[in-house]
Amino acid sequence: MYVALKGGEQAIDNAHGWLAEARRGDPSVPEISPAQIAGQLSHATDRAMAEGSLYDPELAALAIKQARGDLIEAIFLLRAYRTTLPRFGFSAPVDTSRMTLERRISATFKDIPGGQILGPTFDYTHRLLDFEGAAPQPAKQAEEGLSDTMPRVLELLDAEGLIEPPGRSAGGEIGDVTRESLEFPARRDVRLQCLARGDEGFLLALGYSTQRGYGSNHPFAGEIRVGEVTVEFEPPELGFAIELGDIRVTECELVNQFAGSATEPAQFTRGYGLVFGHGERKAMSMALVDRAMRTEELGEAVTAPAQDQEFVLSHCDNVQATGFVEHLKLPHYIDFQSELQLVRGLRRAAQSASTAVIKEAAE
Amino acid sequence: MSPLDEATAAAAPAQPANTDGYNFAYLDEQTKRMIRRALLKAVAIPGYQVPFGSREMPLPYGWGTGGIQVTASIIGPDDVLKVIDQGADDTTNAVSIRRFFRRTAGVPTTERTEDATVIQTRHRVPEVPLQAGQILVYQVPTPEPLRWLEPRETETRKMHALQEYGAMHVSLYEDIARHGVIAKSYNYPVCVNGRYIMAPSPIPKFDNPKMDRSPALQLFGAGRERRIYAVPPHTPVKSLDFEDHPFTVQSWEESCALCGATDSFLDEMIVDDQGKRLFVCSDSNYCERRREPAGGEGAL
Repeated sequence: MYVALKGGEQAIDNAHGWLAEARRGDPSVPEISPAQIAGQLSHATDRAMAEGSLYDPELAALAIKQARGDLIEAIFLLRAYRTTLPRFGFSAPVDTSRMTLERRISATFKDIPGGQILGPTFDYTHRLLDFEGAAPQPAKQAEEGLSDTMPRVLELLDAEGLIEPPGRSAGGEIGDVTRESLEFPARRDVRLQCLARGDEGFLLALGYSTQRGYGSNHPFAGEIRVGEVTVEFEPPELGFAIELGDIRVTECELVNQFAGSATEPAQFTRGYGLVFGHGERKAMSMALVDRAMRTEELGEAVTAPAQDQEFVLSHCDNVQATGFVEHLKLPHYIDFQSELQLVRGLRRAAQSASTAVIKEAAE
Repeated sequence: MSPLDEATAAAAPAQPANTDGYNFAYLDEQTKRMIRRALLKAVAIPGYQVPFGSREMPLPYGWGTGGIQVTASIIGPDDVLKVIDQGADDTTNAVSIRRFFRRTAGVPTTERTEDATVIQTRHRVPEVPLQAGQILVYQVPTPEPLRWLEPRETETRKMHALQEYGAMHVSLYEDIARHGVIAKSYNYPVCVNGRYIMAPSPIPKFDNPKMDRSPALQLFGAGRERRIYAVPPHTPVKSLDFEDHPFTVQSWEESCALCGATDSFLDEMIVDDQGKRLFVCSDSNYCERRREPAGGEGAL
């Protein structure tokens, strides 16, 4: 029998050719363009940008096309591109109270200054398949834009001292998880960075687990806002900030039930989520898990997976996770051969031992 | 005026073209029968959580899929439906669910509490006392009252079976030790018919007394957690407390800015950037009715 030991090169070329053909699909159907993906599959593009940690809708759309719609693969492509870019420095903190808002809701007060703005949301649609949806739809123009300065709801609670003040980074120093390795316990800025690029599904499940009793923290959606915010950068040689451009972000501020004790008066606590693009599920999951990981800091007992920052942060990155899970497809001949040897040896030893016992019994 | 909404009369036809393929009130009759069996069992064992084969609904989990399934299973063409969320008929989710039933069942709807035969609610019990013959359907996110003490279902079911409720009482006692009061303001646990501890769903504890010996049938649907439970008419429902720390409900220093009510649950609204507050009735129908001629008057 002939066993193919060589030929890997040819096999890879063939596989790539087949992949290109499969990606294109039926040639009688028009090819999809990145512009169509960015324009019409914007949630996919937004998710790829958020978890790819790269704000560029065109590149994200290209990545999604190249990945045949596999979003983790697209995120991987974006990360691999992002890592080649030079880093100039840190932008100034974005001011989300000055946003061009598309959507802004609070679940804690019936009415708030500036009002509740539903914006483009699936929330109150009935999930009945719209069989006409396949046909071209006439474009619907939204009405005039909203005020670009709206106070955040939590600031209004803050004025009364009902909620803890927003967190500050220790000594103004900010970590960068793309450049430094994680150290535990991780500071909140580092944790939030990990969560911002963490897998939506994983954080969703963890956030959900806290709602089902595994590390309960009684959340209320203080405010969720979606809109465009200006990114500014202050070059050291200029000494003042210049505008780089606008990015669309989703921000979620959760109000959680109080920490407090016999000595400290009760106060609401915060969980925070911020992601690129329109991604409410992700922003909310992030805020739930952020609050859960503050368990220790707030003097509560760590009992659930979502509260264990080492568990969460070590497993939330889907590019890392998919790499290690899928690497099991790679050859493991050598390790397996070694295991085979070992197991065979152990079985032989066990067998001869039992034969010896039987012999003994027979004698 | 007719007991029905003007809006209802003007609403879209009972069966718009795109719901043609669906049964009356969306669910198929087999599913409704399965849910009604679960409801019967729930009524027979007040406060006991009956597992049921919850279906995927066209609204997301958390939006009231349990309540919608219960309503869909009990509603008939002669029923009059009221839907509230946070006490109000005009909140987005209430509007959406009311539209859903108008679309799929074509039933008349109303905002007047006493005119409704079925009231689906999220987070409130109407201020106007319910009558015999009315059914209040609660939307329930977490049916298990012991969940915040014990995350595992296998354990909590055992605790209910053995009536092993010590952990709950200890937890309430710990609140008193820490804060001087039982620090639960909503979803305040109750004991039904002296047997099962039950989650009243996240209604404010203000509403708990309304559940006690109510002449109306109270049904609870939890879609995501696949549980149904019930409080039959005239069943005792007791909010857990201690002799020296008796159960009390919330009260406000303010009165409703619209109708002047001092006996209703008030919503707080922030009306300007300086954080000025205004309080109004959460039960929008109660408030409106009080403002009709011969009603009360508020600050506005």
